Formats: sequence, C-alpha cells, structure tokens
Amino acid sequence: MFLDWPLLSLVIWTPIVGGLLLLALPKKEGSVNSRIIALLISILTFILSIPLYTDFNVTTVGMQFTQNVPWIESFKVNYHLGIDGISMPLILLTTFMTVIVVIAGWEVIKDKVEQYMAAFLIMEGLMVGVFSSLDAALFYVFWEALLIPMFIVIGVWGGENRVYATIKFFLYTFFGSVFMLIALLYLYSQSNSFEILDYHQLKIGLTAQILIFIAFLLAFAVKVPMWPVHTWLPDAHVEAPTGGSVILAAIMLKLGAYGFLRFSLPITPDASHELDWLMITLSLIAVVYIGFVALVQQDMKKLIAYSSISHMGFVTLGFFISYQILENSGNLDGAALGITGGIVQMISHGFISGAMFLCVGVMYDRLHSRQIKDYGGVVNHMPKFAAFMVFFAMANAGLPGTSGFVGEFMVILSSFKANFWYAFLAASTLIIGAAYTLWMIKRVIFGKVVNEAVTTMQDINKREFFFLAVLAFTVLLFGVWPAPLVEVMDVTVVNLLQHIMQSKL
Amino acid sequence: MTATLLNNIHLAIPEIFILSMASIILVVDLFLTDKNRHITYLLSQLTLVVAFFLTLNLFSGDTFYIFSQTFVADPMSSVLKLGVYIATFVTFLYSKDYLKERNIFCGEYFVLGLFGVLGMMIMISASSFLTLYLGLELLSLCLYAMVALQRDSSIASESAMKYFVLGAIASGMLLYGMSMLYGVTGSLDLQVISQQLSSVTDKTILAFGLVFVIVGVAFKLGAVPFHMWLPDVYQGAPTAVTLFIATAPKIAAFAMLMRLLVGGLLEMHAQWQGILIILAVSSMAIGNIVAIAQTNLKRMLAYSAISHVGFLLLGVLSGTEEGFAASMFYIITYVLMSLASFGMIIIMSRKGFEADKLDDFKGLNERNPWFAFMMMFIMFSMAGVPPFVGFWAKLSVLKAVVSVDLLWLAAVAVVFSIIGAFYYLRIIKLMYFDKAVETQPIECATDLRWVFTLNAGLILFIGLMPDSLLALCKQVVMS
Repeated sequence: MFLDWPLLSLVIWTPIVGGLLLLALPKKEGSVNSRIIALLISILTFILSIPLYTDFNVTTVGMQFTQNVPWIESFKVNYHLGIDGISMPLILLTTFMTVIVVIAGWEVIKDKVEQYMAAFLIMEGLMVGVFSSLDAALFYVFWEALLIPMFIVIGVWGGENRVYATIKFFLYTFFGSVFMLIALLYLYSQSNSFEILDYHQLKIGLTAQILIFIAFLLAFAVKVPMWPVHTWLPDAHVEAPTGGSVILAAIMLKLGAYGFLRFSLPITPDASHELDWLMITLSLIAVVYIGFVALVQQDMKKLIAYSSISHMGFVTLGFFISYQILENSGNLDGAALGITGGIVQMISHGFISGAMFLCVGVMYDRLHSRQIKDYGGVVNHMPKFAAFMVFFAMANAGLPGTSGFVGEFMVILSSFKANFWYAFLAASTLIIGAAYTLWMIKRVIFGKVVNEAVTTMQDINKREFFFLAVLAFTVLLFGVWPAPLVEVMDVTVVNLLQHIMQSKL
Repeated sequence: MTATLLNNIHLAIPEIFILSMASIILVVDLFLTDKNRHITYLLSQLTLVVAFFLTLNLFSGDTFYIFSQTFVADPMSSVLKLGVYIATFVTFLYSKDYLKERNIFCGEYFVLGLFGVLGMMIMISASSFLTLYLGLELLSLCLYAMVALQRDSSIASESAMKYFVLGAIASGMLLYGMSMLYGVTGSLDLQVISQQLSSVTDKTILAFGLVFVIVGVAFKLGAVPFHMWLPDVYQGAPTAVTLFIATAPKIAAFAMLMRLLVGGLLEMHAQWQGILIILAVSSMAIGNIVAIAQTNLKRMLAYSAISHVGFLLLGVLSGTEEGFAASMFYIITYVLMSLASFGMIIIMSRKGFEADKLDDFKGLNERNPWFAFMMMFIMFSMAGVPPFVGFWAKLSVLKAVVSVDLLWLAAVAVVFSIIGAFYYLRIIKLMYFDKAVETQPIECATDLRWVFTLNAGLILFIGLMPDSLLALCKQVVMS
C-alpha cells in the first residue's frame, strides 16, 4: 500500500518542515514543548521510513521508491529520488539515530532547546536526501546544505574551543566538496544531464576519469575521513555536543563512504582500478597508524574519534580491494564479500560509535570532563552504566557476537583473497582496537577511585537506560543475525561489481 | 526626418516619465517643509511603481532601435530596468528612517536617486557610444553628489572626492577607448561597429581601444585592479547611499558590459576573454583575501562585492549565450543579497549609532533570533552554499566556464570561494556563537521588517525554485 506514496519525500521533508516549524513556534518558558514536538516528529519520520525496509524488493537491481519530477528545467535538474540496497539501510540508520539523539539531548540541552532540536531534525532530512538523491545537482544541494546545521550545532552548543573546531569542520568539508562540483559540471558538459545513473553509463577517457576520481576523492575522503585529511574530525568531535558527535560519527562519516559507492566506483571504474593501490594504502594507514594514535589519547572523545577513523579505514578497504580479488581469482563472491563487509561495517559503526559517544556524554554530563585521568572506578558508583559501556567497548573492539565483528570479519576474510599482507595489517586492528578501547575502559570504568568527584556520580536514569538499551539490543541483534542486513544489499552489490568490471574507456 | 526620429517613441516612455517626475519632485520639494518631507518620499516611490508598470507593459519579445539607432528596447533591457526599479524602491524604503534619524531626509536624496535611475535606464538601453556615455555620466554625477550628502562628515567628503576624481579618470579612459574604436570603424553605433570589425585590417588600434574601454567598464564594476575607490566609498558614504551604490548601479554596469563587449565587440571575443580572465581571477583573489582582514562590515562587503564581480565576469568571458544568461542571473541575485545585507546594517543602526562594525553583530541571535536567522541566509547565500540562491548563481557561471573547457579557471574560482566562505562564516560565528555585548533590543518599523523578511526569504525561495528566473534570463539573452 505504501508503494504509491512519495515515501522518500515524506521522510526527507517531514523533519525539515517540522524543524522549521519548531523555530517559528512562539517560545514558552521551560520549553518542554519543543522537546516533545521534536521527539514526535523524529518518531513519525522513523515510522515513515520503516516501509522502505518492509516493502523493499530484494531481488531487483533497479532503484525503488523512485520519484522523478523536473525541478530546474534550465539546467535539466530533476527532483529524482530512489533507493537501492546500499542506501536503504543507511536511511533507516539515519532516522533511527535521530530519535536516539533527540532523546539523548532531552535534559542535557538547556539553552535554546528549540534551535537545537530543529537543527537535528533539519539535518536528518538533509542526510536522507543525500542518500536518496539520484540527481547529481540535488545530491550536491543536500550534501552542502548539511554543513549549515552541523556548523551551528558545534558552534553554539559545543565545548570551549568550538569556534575553531566548527570553522575548521566547515572549511575542510567545503574544500573537498567544491572540487566534486567541478567534476559534476564536467560530467554534465559531457553527458548533458545531471542524472547519476546516466553518468554510470557514460564513456570517459582514462585521464579524465583519473581527474574526476581525484575530485571525488577530495570530497569523499574528507568526509569519511581518510588519512591524511582526517584532522578536522578529532577537533569537531571533541568540541561538538554529544548529539552532534553521535550524528557526525554515526551518519555523516557514512556519507563519504556512500559517495564512493554511488559515484567513484561506478562512474570512474577504470580510474578506481588504476588507483586502487592508493586507496588501499590510505585505508591501511588509517586502520593501523590511526589505531596507534588512538592508543595515546588522553581525551575519551578524541580516542573514539580516532577509533572511528580507523574503523572507517575498513570500509574503504573493503570497497577498493575488490579489483585485486577479481584480478586474482575472478571470484565475484569474494569481491562482493568485501563491499558487503564494508557496508555492514558502516551500519554497525553507526550504532557502536554513536553508543560510545553517548556513553562519554553520560559521564560528561555528570563530571564535565572528558579526560581519562579524571575518572577511574566508575563501576563502583554507576554499575548499570558500566555494564553498557563495557559492552559497547567490546563491540568497538570487534568482539564476536556483536555487530562490530561481522563487518570487520567479512572485510578481513575477503582481503585474504586479495593479498595476505592486506589481511595481516587489517587483522592487526583486532589487537590494536582491543588495546585502545579496553585500556580506556580499564582506566575509566575499573580500578580505584582516584578522583573524589567520581563518588558523587549518579547511575543512569530511565531515559539514559532506554537509549543505551535500545542501541545495545541493535548491536547484539546484528551481531548474531546479520542476515536481514546482508540480504537487502546482496543483489545491489553484485550488480555494482558487474558494472565496475566493465571498462568504460 | 522628425517623423523617423520620433518613430516608436513610446518605447522610451518610462525614461520620459522618470525624467518628468524627477523634475516635478525637485520643484515640489522646494515648497515642502521638513514636516511634510515624506511627500517627496511617497512621490518618488509612486514614480518607481508607475515606471515599473510602464516598462512591464512595453515588454515584448522583439528588439527595436529608436532615436536613429541610439536607443534599443529589447527584452533584456526591460528585465534589467525592472530590476533597477525594484532595487531602488527597496533602497528608498530601507533608507527612509535611517535618513530621518540623521537629519538628511531631504529631497535631494530622492531626486538624485531618481536621476540616477534615469542614467541607469539610458545605460541599459544604449546602443551607441554616445547614449552609453551620457547615461553613465548622469548616473555617476548623481552618485558623487549622494556620497557627499552628509556634508559635515569628513569621511564622507573624502570618499566623495576620491570617487569623483577616480571616476573622472575612468570616464576619460572609456572615452579615449571609444574614440579609438570610432576612429577605426567610423561609427558610434554599436551595431555598425560590430559589423565593421571583421573588415578592419589594423588590429593594433582596435586592441588599444578595447583595452581602454574595458578599463572604463572595469572601474565602474569595481574589478581589480580598478577597485581602489570601492571600499572607501562603501565605508565613507552614509549607509543609505552605500545601499544605493551597491545595488541598482551594478545592474547598469552589467548592462554596459553586455552592450559594449557582447553587443559591439563580440568579434574580438578572443582578445577580451584573456583580459577578463585576468580581471576575474585578480578580483576573486584580492576581494576574497583582503575581505578577511576587515573589521568594518561595510568595507568587508565592499571587498565581497569585488569578489562577486570576479564571478560575474566568469559568465561573460565564456562568450556563450549560456554564460551571458548566467551572469545576468548572477547580477540579479547579487543585488538581492546586497540589498538584504546593507538593509540589515540599516536595521541595526539607530540614531547616533552606525552598526557597521563586525563586533556590532555579536550575539545577535540572543537579541533578535529572527534577524540573525535572516542574516544567516544572506551570508550563506553569499558564500555560495545551497540551498540559497547564491549557490545557483555560482553554479551557473561555473557551468558556463566548464562548458568552454576552462576547467582550470573553474578550479581557481572555487578555491577562492572557499577562502571567501571564511569571512561570511565569521559573521555567523559572531551572531550565533558569541555573547552579546549590547543588550538593547533592535527596533525597526513594521514595513521595514516585512520587506527585509521578504527580501531574505526570497534568497531562500529562489534558491529552492530558481528555474523561473533562470529561464527568464536565458530567454531574454537569447533574443
């Protein structure tokens, strides 16, 4: 029954319009109203997005839930939406995490609540827009517009050094994106169309492909972020309010990885093949080197930020080893395993990193410190919280049975088929990841109480228990039963691989 | 002879109307006391509204040449004139209270403004060197006088003097160039010149003439390296006058560029393309980089104007119809943004206080969230961030440049737009992230508030639905 509804449009515009309404509403004392309204809107959006999963046809390669209306005829830009097996899980992740973020910001945010909630709702709509755009100009509009609310969120509700962090965040990502814009304009001048699917069929020479690939790489690598353009992320994460960190880690980083699948690989398959050594190298540097960087962090948020970069290295590794697997064995399934693993890792990292940031947020709300040395022995005073935090830390380290294990395992497995040393280096993260996460847990949760203030910490209340429990359940669910996630993307990933195997020269 | 001269004279009715009304208002104003001065204001606004409908009524898809081919009425001129009326109307509206508070609410502002509008209209409709120059001088003289309106202010007098001297030099350059082109082609008529150009054998004089003409135009546009007057004038003039200078005359300057380079000298596109590339790149570079160092908002917006001119030139230099349409879209949307940004300064100012320092915007979100929200629209739009209209303006000129295979130029342009984004972001930072120093609430008249909201709202609305304006620009440039 939902098939005739413009569901994607509803999922995009409900939160945006709701957010704008929230801004326009008359301000009341106490502002409980805006919280409840924001929660209702975010839940409504989540409910609207559920049919995208239940009515999704897993056997077709085509775009589903499409909607195509001419928007700017002078430029041949269409309001063209549609999803496939890659974007659908990401949209659900977005709508799900927004509900969590709204709940997480409930009591914590006291200043300008309606603006805070509105920013997150608008962001939600824009992110869904990015994942569902099939028109390059529309994609770019959503992609760039997303910077505005995030810029405001970090700058207004962030920590001490927020202005530096947010301007760095904005300029960094803006810098990457504008080159993508030029690449898109070039593709437009070649194909006379802004349709992404038309670009997939366009024949492009190798030099042009490489230049386009690099332009895309600038945009997506900054967003992912890949080493060496990752430096904005720790700053942004540390200064952002908890909700901002959660959205950044859980969803915004996925935009870059999604861009590789939607743009780089299918539009410039030959350049991707030609430069896959570069991508693999950068990914492995992220996995190993950034893992070591995470080890020495004193600030919990910074540690999780670096761990995010390291985990995202897996995602890009999974995407770009496919060429070598295909060359070595011609085994489509092996390559598909890498890409599927990458996407599963994206989703799972969304839940786990979001949960980790929420855990740090819970502690920060009580002690107003993110420094590891200020804590110790938290388990003595917050036993329920400690259980959750240890669980998420285990998931972050890739413990089997949690969703963190599934994606990493798939990528490592497939990288064996490409090259033993890739697998060796990638697998080393299981050790490094465990080291930095568990070491932090040891110093923060366990041990003696060093800081007097820790004794005053109250255990989590019902609200905090609720969102941590929901996340823990999800992490566990996908850890033991990832099939529903893998099934929806299977056909799309195989189709993508068949597409990129054909040279476009 | 008279019959042919006055043929189709109705096409110039808007000009004739504005001229008569400006003269009438000048006389009427003599008999008004300060108490009744608002009659001048109302009459001026009425004049603009009537002229708007007169021009709208004359709008047709065809091109006519009248007054011995010196005056052209084509769709582009109609659209640009409509833009001028609207910009001037909003300017007068924004300025009214500002002028009253500073005791310069006098007839001269409006009469000079109307004569300036007449000058712009003549520039827009010029099809000969003579009419073009006539319109330009009429406009310039009005602007010089307006800058010096606050005659007791030394900074205003200084900038008026600077503007006058440099403007006179530029006019001289332009005339010199025109005389060379006249010498080679034997005509002042732009149409004739464009036909004659291909048969000219001695290209040296043509090239010299071209360079001098471009210098004159670049000065009026404020393109680097002929931009020196712009920051001083923007800063020194009363904000109401800056608002006027920064908006409608930009449309006229764009028309001048189009009439001269495209209407008259399209044959020499290969030559002027190179010159415009240099002007565009240096304007974007100097404008965006120097703007970062400013602490005065009016001065910052002046440098931002310089950088926007650089982007504007990108569309024209591509030499395609698509590019001209893109530039026209750019200038119209730029005027919209410029109106709103100076309007914001006027709203923030009050008696004895100019809100032209960057620091005056600190904590605006706490003092007045609505205005801060609108100002955020304007700043993001100027930075070229979607979904605001400034993004489509930048996209369309970049698209024009990419379509003629000047990819490197597009890359240079976006790099400077990133640098430019920084100082727009700083304003948003001041408004949203900093604590308010002043807590005095911002008072402004209801009509002002609504027009400003409409103005800023349009920036978002056209950003979401840019198609009709884009199509209009395309259509009028094609014909």
